[in-house]
Amino acid sequence: MGKETASNWQFFLLLSGKPLEGVGEAILVLSGKGGVGKSTVTVQIASSLKMLGHKVGILDIDLCGPSIPRMVGVEGCDVLTTPDGKWIPVSVNNDKNFSVISLAFFLDSKNDAVIWRGPKKNAMIKQLLTNIAWDVDYLIIDTPPGTSDEHISVMENIRDCPVKGAVLVTTPQMVAVDDVTRELTFCRRTGIKVLGIIENMSGFVCPNCSECSNIFATGGGQKLAEKYSVPFLGKVPIDPSLTKCLETGESYLERFSQSEGSKIMKNVAECFTKKEMEVDA
Amino acid sequence: MEDIPDNAPNHCPGTKSEEAGKADACAGCPNQKLCSSGIGQKVDPDEALIKEKLSEIKHKIIVMSGKGGVGKSTFTAMLSHALALKEEQEYTSDNLCVMSIGFLLNSPEDAVIWRGPKKNGMIKQFLKDVDWGNLDFLVIDTPPGTSDEHLSLVKYLSSSPNTGAVIVTTPQEVALLDVRKEITFCRKVNLPIIGVIENMTTFKCPKCSVSLAYFIINVNIGFKSQCILMDSTVLLLAQVETRIFPPTTGGAQSLTEEFGIPFLGSLPLDPNVAKACDEGHNIIVESPELPVCKAVLNITEGK
Repeated sequence: MGKETASNWQFFLLLSGKPLEGVGEAILVLSGKGGVGKSTVTVQIASSLKMLGHKVGILDIDLCGPSIPRMVGVEGCDVLTTPDGKWIPVSVNNDKNFSVISLAFFLDSKNDAVIWRGPKKNAMIKQLLTNIAWDVDYLIIDTPPGTSDEHISVMENIRDCPVKGAVLVTTPQMVAVDDVTRELTFCRRTGIKVLGIIENMSGFVCPNCSECSNIFATGGGQKLAEKYSVPFLGKVPIDPSLTKCLETGESYLERFSQSEGSKIMKNVAECFTKKEMEVDA
Repeated sequence: MEDIPDNAPNHCPGTKSEEAGKADACAGCPNQKLCSSGIGQKVDPDEALIKEKLSEIKHKIIVMSGKGGVGKSTFTAMLSHALALKEEQEYTSDNLCVMSIGFLLNSPEDAVIWRGPKKNGMIKQFLKDVDWGNLDFLVIDTPPGTSDEHLSLVKYLSSSPNTGAVIVTTPQEVALLDVRKEITFCRKVNLPIIGVIENMTTFKCPKCSVSLAYFIINVNIGFKSQCILMDSTVLLLAQVETRIFPPTTGGAQSLTEEFGIPFLGSLPLDPNVAKACDEGHNIIVESPELPVCKAVLNITEGK
């Protein structure tokens, strides 16, 4: 972090507001395992909610590996400050209805590492939860893998906020499902509602022969959902055009609206916006 | 001045200095209380003990990545199998031993919901209280990121000889972004980098093989996946490879050139590996003919 943000840091400590002001409802995206597609799912849920006409924000609390800015094409943008000292989220494509905040905006270069122990991460997360000038119907919170400092801090700080619940992301193989089982335990212990499980990277359809290969096995997420009686939100197949869109920051849901992945994400968003949700069966 | 955190307030005296927590610059810093308690100045008595213990181990390899799910644990397992094989020529499972917190949990559902200090204590215990004995290689698998676990490990390992990091990544820029941070971390804490491995580079569909003519038609009708243009004669015989995670910025190879560190090789995405890992099989010994196993063995040879 540069000198300027370092001094901002001290300045903002004096101005801790209420957590998640200006947010209608928050949805957490969690997974015990890394690289299963939390950020990808975050971006897809956010853009499908936006396409349904809602104002949406993404809060990226993966401090050591923030990838949301790249995925929505706002890498390297600067965060502006309101007169009363709050950070203004960065708009995606100048769209006032879709904005993001990530620690990546505060780093001088993309090579910069955030080498922090827990207490410092906790202080930063508190900042991110209390000092952003949100004006959104839904805030999707993208988290790092695990059940540690970041997660505990978020749960502590948003206890009294309107939180819709958590979406758990897994890949189909047992090694991933095991980690997500631990995340389920975490949700139960902290009292957060599980909105459902998404099984990502479930099968790959070869573009040449249209045969499906289950690279990371299949069905693990579905079985997990059944075992713990939480809603199963769908199997999202591996799609190279999705990875490509995320690399360039394009909207996958708009460009490939008929793909399997897009359809599932739209369903998930519609399901979340229904007044009465069929959760906690 | 490694005791000054990299985003500390201006004029931070350093966490180990006598002024820590007491200087003017410390006002408002979230760590002020911690620093002024003098905890930073104390020397950890176990540090020397751990260093002595670890000096009996010939080589220490830390497998890292800023990004999750790129295959750190998978590579750790395969590398360990390959090293055990190499050391004794003939593989026996006795050559390989493992320590993990997974053994210490009561049930697979148990979550380790710990903040940093507790995790650090556990890591220290792994290094100090496990009877590793006279190992040739200790391969350490790490979680993604650049935080507590990594700092604690490096604290005990960095000054120990024959220690290095292998960094695992996947080809897409979203992963490389995090890996850049890991490289910066290694440099900041003076941890030597053995090299970078690119995992999940290509995927060969096991069900199809195509001719060159068919390939060209496919390209012309605008297939979304990028098929790799290889020598056409090879292509006539080869299965089509898909880049599921496209290397839009040149992949790991160009990253290593940018940072001037060794590129150790790339591994294909193979469903057999995921399956072997799920079932706990040793794929290196069971199917050494697979391209992915050959690649791991080649990388191991190179070391």
